Amino acid sequence: MTNIGANLPADEIQAPADGEIALEAEELHKAKRVGWIWIFVGVAIVWLFGFGSEAGVETTFNLSLESDLSITLPSRISCLAIGAIIVLLGIVQSIRPLPKRTIFTVLIVLMAVFAFLIWATRDSSFSMVGMLQSTLIRATPLALGALAGVLCERSGVVNIAIEGMMLFAAFLGSFAAAATGSLWIGFVVGVAGGAILAYGHAGLSVTYKVDQIISGTVINFFALGITSYLAAQILTKYPDLNRAGTFARIKIPVLGDIPFIGEILFDNNIYVYTAYFLLPFVTFMLFKSRWGLRVRSVGELPKAADTVGINVYRTRYISVILGGGAAGLAGSFLSLGSVGSFQQNMTAGRGFIALAAMILGRWNPMGALGAALLFGFAESLQSKLAIIGTPIPSEFLLMAPYIVTLFFVAGFGGRARPPAADGVPYEQG
Amino acid sequence: MIDEDSPGMNPGLAEAASGEFPGEIENGNSRTPRWRKFLRSLKVPALAIFSALFLGGILIILTDTDVLWAWARFFNDPMRALSRSWEAVWDAYSALFVGAFGSLSAWSETLLRATPLTLAGLAVAFAFKASLFNIGANGQMILGAIFSAYIGFTFDITGWILVPLALAGGVLGGFLWGGIAGVLKATTGAHEVITTIMLNFIAAFLLAYFLTTDTFLPSGSANPISKNMLEQARLHRFISGERVDIGIFIAIAAVALVWWVLEKSTLGFQVKAVGLSPDAAKYSGMKVALIIALTLAAAGGLAGLAGATVVLGATGVLTGGVIGNLGFDAIAVALLGRSNPWGVLAAAILFGGLNAGAVNMQAETQIPVDIVIVIQALIILFVAAPDLVRAIYRIKKVDTEEAQSFTSSWGSS
Repeated sequence: MTNIGANLPADEIQAPADGEIALEAEELHKAKRVGWIWIFVGVAIVWLFGFGSEAGVETTFNLSLESDLSITLPSRISCLAIGAIIVLLGIVQSIRPLPKRTIFTVLIVLMAVFAFLIWATRDSSFSMVGMLQSTLIRATPLALGALAGVLCERSGVVNIAIEGMMLFAAFLGSFAAAATGSLWIGFVVGVAGGAILAYGHAGLSVTYKVDQIISGTVINFFALGITSYLAAQILTKYPDLNRAGTFARIKIPVLGDIPFIGEILFDNNIYVYTAYFLLPFVTFMLFKSRWGLRVRSVGELPKAADTVGINVYRTRYISVILGGGAAGLAGSFLSLGSVGSFQQNMTAGRGFIALAAMILGRWNPMGALGAALLFGFAESLQSKLAIIGTPIPSEFLLMAPYIVTLFFVAGFGGRARPPAADGVPYEQG
Repeated sequence: MIDEDSPGMNPGLAEAASGEFPGEIENGNSRTPRWRKFLRSLKVPALAIFSALFLGGILIILTDTDVLWAWARFFNDPMRALSRSWEAVWDAYSALFVGAFGSLSAWSETLLRATPLTLAGLAVAFAFKASLFNIGANGQMILGAIFSAYIGFTFDITGWILVPLALAGGVLGGFLWGGIAGVLKATTGAHEVITTIMLNFIAAFLLAYFLTTDTFLPSGSANPISKNMLEQARLHRFISGERVDIGIFIAIAAVALVWWVLEKSTLGFQVKAVGLSPDAAKYSGMKVALIIALTLAAAGGLAGLAGATVVLGATGVLTGGVIGNLGFDAIAVALLGRSNPWGVLAAAILFGGLNAGAVNMQAETQIPVDIVIVIQALIILFVAAPDLVRAIYRIKKVDTEEAQSFTSSWGSS
């Protein structure tokens, strides 16, 4: 296996080097083009939000629900300044590309959103802390669901069944919590529920080599059917079994008292804290540990992994089941972390949004978290702006993250590359 | 089943038994008549349906408290436990069957539900032929529904022009929506599963948006329910007092058309060639990118037509939930129909019947309609995993069989 290159004609060995140079030139060209996009965004902000705000009008952001902490900004000048900074960054980028383009892109998106907020809520006050809190609450199940996807797909198993696993876990978690009266049992059973369906997915796609997308479709159907059926058959007859309740919020002693940041980050329920721990931990394990190297090698080149003695089937089973556990967390968050009961089809497509977040986050848990925050932000922004009333229909705000994902998948602004063996069944010798 | 114990004797038989689209793969060596091949091709779907109903029956028993009480006293009265179980399942399934196929109005409801399922099922199946997984039938149906509803309540002209116009609008809406995914796939390689899922969400929000505009809402209304379709825009109901409309004939015509395109036209040959091997198709001079884009657009057109039959047919208005989950049910229909147009029709009638019958079942036995979703899931599970069916019924696997692959996953492209 190691000296395959030795048998190749010399010119074929040369080929990649030429290709790389061409690639570099293309990269440079692309990077400069990104600069032009930034300039365009900056000009748009100056034009729409800067000159769109009347002179002398101010925007007030409330930074705390508990105290009167707030900041007041002059609307027009702030938007003009933000637009100018973005234009400046764009000019620099188009002349001499900046290092760490991703960070700058995120920064620019944040600034653009901030400018939009200043413009949309000008001449009134806006609860920044409330919106960011709800962003985090909405993003957590998406990030955990995306984590499920990352774990599966890094090992080479496509998972479009996140939705079904979440729904199943939401039902089982809620049912177990209500039946036993213990939320913690519900928590554990929810995770187990996700893992059970994941075991089924692994069985079908790894052992039986069923097309993984079809296996995922079957699981989504099954989860929707069985939970709806059991909810109608059992929960409506015995309503007490659908009164699970929710985990209380826990305020972390010192950190929770920090104004603004503490209220948003450190006054949440157990699911949010679990996500704080799990996302960086799994990222670390995937990219820095021996286990992670094995998972990724199985997902990229299972044949090579098999050759060096890694058990491809077992690695895939374990990753998929762990992913199912994460989807279980995401699902039971919905019933035990926010609603307190089970409702038919309560995931309502969140598993598919999590899938989008996974792709947008480039199959990386922390990237997925960023994407999940974007989706969560769009949702909570929409619900807040629906109250204030803006000229932009709220449906288009909700649509925005999906359009971004669409563009992203199509290769604009950075190519999303899945693991090489994602979705390919492996025949273990 | 006995025949298959002698593998290799008859290659044509193996293909038919594996359920590979009947009549499609001609085998020169085969002496088996077509109708026998056809019957054999029904074996896996038939066993899948039977197994799914069997497991559904167990679910009914496990969730019926009366039956469970009878089982709790099993040692006092074992016959009672068995007979109560049998009764519960028999009552449920006979009510299901009567509600699906037991009377003229049952057939009416079944065919009414089968209409959009057939058309959307064709949308999924047609894409399968090019190894594309069109999970976006729902969004394409929504676009079709929006376009045809707009035409259907706006232009006050004679029905002879309006109905075809509205249907064509539906096709166009779906065609455009499927075309986006197709063009993205053809030009950038963006996987159609992801793009169509995103397009489903975007379509749903687009529909929600239109249902806030004055163009779609009756004047003075803020409810997200559109204007009524004009009377002459509605599809004709050909049995008085029953809801079934001429949509079912449109669906059957579409089945025949898709069958003709796939079996008799150059385009269909190219679609299937691209599905089997894009590289081979490319080197034999086909414009693979164009065919991929066109396939998804055409699939979208079929789904758009499905959406049109819904709003111009039974519902008559456009609402946020008018399409529901039909586009996802269509995936199940396409899988059960094994991507064969006539198979899709049969599967759609079966699923239409399950859905129609479930209403009757719930009314008579209080068993929730949702059990048919479980049964549908199990049916596609067994159809998609023939190894599982073979393992359960101890059917031998024949060497020449190949694993059925509907799609290419995103890692492999």
